[in-house]
Amino acid sequence: MLLVSLLVASFLIFAAMYLAPGNPVAALSGGRSLPPSSLRVLEQRYHLNAPFFAQYWYWLDNVLHGNLGISITLRENVSTLIASRIWTTAGLVLYSSVLILVFGIGMGLVAGLRPGMLDTSTVIITAISAAIPAFVAAIVLILLFAVKLGWFPAIGNGTGLVDNIRHLTLPALALAVSSLAIVARVTRASVREEGEREHVQTAVSRGIPARQLIRRHVLRNAAIPITTIAGITIASLIAVAAVVETAFSLNGLGAYLVQAAQSKDLAVVQGISLLLVTAFVVVNLLVDMLYAWLDPRVSLGSRAT
Amino acid sequence: MSDPATVSALQSAAPAAGAPLLDIAGLTVLLEVHGENRAVLRDVSLTVRPGEAVGLVGESGSGKSMTARAIDRLLPRGAEVHGSIRFGGSDVNRLAGADLRRYRNQVAMIFQDPRAHTNPVRRIGDFMTEALQANLAVPAAEARRRAIDMLTQVGIDDGARRLRQYPHQMSGGMLQRVMIAAALLTKPRLLLADEPTTALDVTTQAEVMAILDGLRREFGLAMLFITHDLDLAAAICDRTAVMYAGQIVEIRASALLHDDPLHPYTAALAAARPDIAQTAPRLRAIPGRPLSAFEAPPQECAFAPRCPYATDACRADVPGLAELDGGLSRCVRAHELRGRLGGAPDE
Amino acid sequence: MSTGVPAAAIDAPRFRALTSVRATGAAGVVSAIVVVAATFVAVFGPLLAPYDPELPNLDLAWIGPTGGHLLGFDVQGRDVLSRLLVGAQTSMLGPLVVVIISMITGVLLAIVAAWRRGAADAVISSGLDILFAFPGILLAVLATAVFGAGLPAAAIALSLAYMPYVARVLRGAAFRERSQPYVAALEVQGASATSICLRHLIPNTLPLIVAQATILFGYAMIDLAAISFLGLGVQPPRPDWGVMISENQTGIVQGYPLPALAPGLCIVAVVVAVNVLGERLFEQAQTARG
Repeated sequence: MLLVSLLVASFLIFAAMYLAPGNPVAALSGGRSLPPSSLRVLEQRYHLNAPFFAQYWYWLDNVLHGNLGISITLRENVSTLIASRIWTTAGLVLYSSVLILVFGIGMGLVAGLRPGMLDTSTVIITAISAAIPAFVAAIVLILLFAVKLGWFPAIGNGTGLVDNIRHLTLPALALAVSSLAIVARVTRASVREEGEREHVQTAVSRGIPARQLIRRHVLRNAAIPITTIAGITIASLIAVAAVVETAFSLNGLGAYLVQAAQSKDLAVVQGISLLLVTAFVVVNLLVDMLYAWLDPRVSLGSRAT
Repeated sequence: MSDPATVSALQSAAPAAGAPLLDIAGLTVLLEVHGENRAVLRDVSLTVRPGEAVGLVGESGSGKSMTARAIDRLLPRGAEVHGSIRFGGSDVNRLAGADLRRYRNQVAMIFQDPRAHTNPVRRIGDFMTEALQANLAVPAAEARRRAIDMLTQVGIDDGARRLRQYPHQMSGGMLQRVMIAAALLTKPRLLLADEPTTALDVTTQAEVMAILDGLRREFGLAMLFITHDLDLAAAICDRTAVMYAGQIVEIRASALLHDDPLHPYTAALAAARPDIAQTAPRLRAIPGRPLSAFEAPPQECAFAPRCPYATDACRADVPGLAELDGGLSRCVRAHELRGRLGGAPDE
Repeated sequence: MSTGVPAAAIDAPRFRALTSVRATGAAGVVSAIVVVAATFVAVFGPLLAPYDPELPNLDLAWIGPTGGHLLGFDVQGRDVLSRLLVGAQTSMLGPLVVVIISMITGVLLAIVAAWRRGAADAVISSGLDILFAFPGILLAVLATAVFGAGLPAAAIALSLAYMPYVARVLRGAAFRERSQPYVAALEVQGASATSICLRHLIPNTLPLIVAQATILFGYAMIDLAAISFLGLGVQPPRPDWGVMISENQTGIVQGYPLPALAPGLCIVAVVVAVNVLGERLFEQAQTARG
């Protein structure tokens, strides 16, 4: 099912060329005037004289062979341009995911299993953090940690692995803030809810020790909704990364996508969009598989709402 | 107020005497609901002897389920417990740690809705062997063997395959049989059956009841059987207690309950149920609705507003449990109403 | 954990877990006040603004709060407070449009799917599943690349991206409502499908619709502000909270954080308030359903 989504998505991305005002050539050239030789190259490459669906087929075929076209502004292969930037984005999303999983689930567990002050403060903090968009978090973090405290650099990628990680820390944090809060809240709610289920009573009535009770009956069951929300939020990072990369002047796919959109470099926009949508679909697929594995009542392909 | 000592003395002074296995005396439980403390059980006294089946009958809100939970220490957080529950001589509410777990293995509870009470993501095998492995240190293979054995006893063949299944792959009736089997695995001495067949359809009910009753007698287990069905309790229990508004209003030998009840409420319950052997021109319902403990007026008999025999004496004070003809009744007029309560009540 | 795990004897509503802080009463009131104030500013902003929000004066750039200028000046020497007040319009109006469009289309699709069931439901559900592949911001970026940067393209793209979520949530509720006995009774009486949907199905799912719309507003506000921040939404020099953050970001490293922080704070405050209200409404919708 998700593969069909992917196919349709790719079609939509392709068709963007035709949705733009004017003819496809205008869209591809971003409204720039090109010498006739360049126009002929464009026509050939995109098979613009062929029927509509044939064009789609050619385009798709190219894409599957790694050929994503040429950037009109930089005159380079889109694939090359993507390849040089993909690690920044991948690293950012990965770093952020780790933060979300570790701190989000961690806080949620602590708050869910221990009622009291800690729990109440967690609820309040997460309520506020969930509302902080990544770019607002970005500027606050820059202000606090880069300008005032000087612990982390404010912009740029850095060189070398350790320096890269250092440069990615604030961006990863900015990206993680609101998702972390949501995951923490759902974790807490799920743990609470599972703890009050009747089957937990059964286990208590049979004298199962508390530790085992929590592990096997509360957490194991809560893992289902927690996995779902964690998966969804991590998938959404793929898109929001663009905002963070722009704020921190990182050399990633998201920032490049925005620049390409502004300069109307359609081939680049199409290429990166396709990649991001694919990543998004793949992550959702993995979450579905994980969910089916965790919940024996569910077969693959159906995620209970 | 009844004297708990008298009650247990009276109950023990019946044939097949011996120290009671379960001895509840003056149990009062308050729960916090919406900020206020509400009584759900008021001065409940009851005993169960080893190997004896006692029925606990009442409508919703009477406190019968709450009694079972109090015995198994499954009350909600913040519940206030007064009075005592003694099992084999020890005060249940003072148990902790390993002692409490041991107690839980000696008292097994069977719940009403088996599907809600089994963990949907764990296999039946795990569900059944959990307690054995955790508390009694039985090795996994041996625990599984015993589980398969017990499944056969409740009428489920192919136990090895069933152990690998998940709850959603079984019907309600089968799941309840699994629940019974699981309860019996730890070799308990007392079974608390909380409306075990109410959630099942009628034909399955009979099957499951037969299995439960049969196994109980075979293993010589004591049982507290909770139900809203007076006739069902009377059919399989030696003695039956009737609850209303959080109090015990009658305890009687089951055989005598229907024809010679000692409390107007019992008589009304029995009469309200249509008898398949007779035709009645109209169903006799009890006017009004059943009260919960906290709704009961504090200074009079809780049933007085709905009772056809109520007098001013009934409204003067909360009646105590008094002995009468080998049973107990909380009706001040029990003695004079004797003989008039059995069969159809008349005004 | 004590040996007495809470029994399910008293059935706690599910969503109480989300807002179990004892001060939820106060939180609700404060949130309502914030939302009302923000709406007021959004409507009357231009009248309240003391200074011209778009007139640049580079001599005054970055000057901090002084008399008459509560929040100081921004990167181009414009009064920050005035820009905040006027910017509330696009910052709140844009999300409102997104919510309206996605709610209307989502509700329609959900009702049609629930009413017709069978093949129509399958087609609609599959279609929605496909739309799920597009995260909101991505669709908006794609749209602006094709149609040009600006609020309309971004808003419509976001509406399209949100619609499947709305439809999915409401489809469940619509199905439940549709299988209620009273619907069958009305059908037997000869009531038309449209009248049943309009007069019964929709009003009965209204609490859920309102709750969903409120929460969606928060998301839309964040996403649209992000798109404006990226330069693909509202275009400078128009004041918009997202745009303001982007414009004044350079001030942070230069030591003038206020012009960038102020709009950020506004966004967070409104979204928090909207979320709190939305969760309350959700709770009520759940308990109303029983």
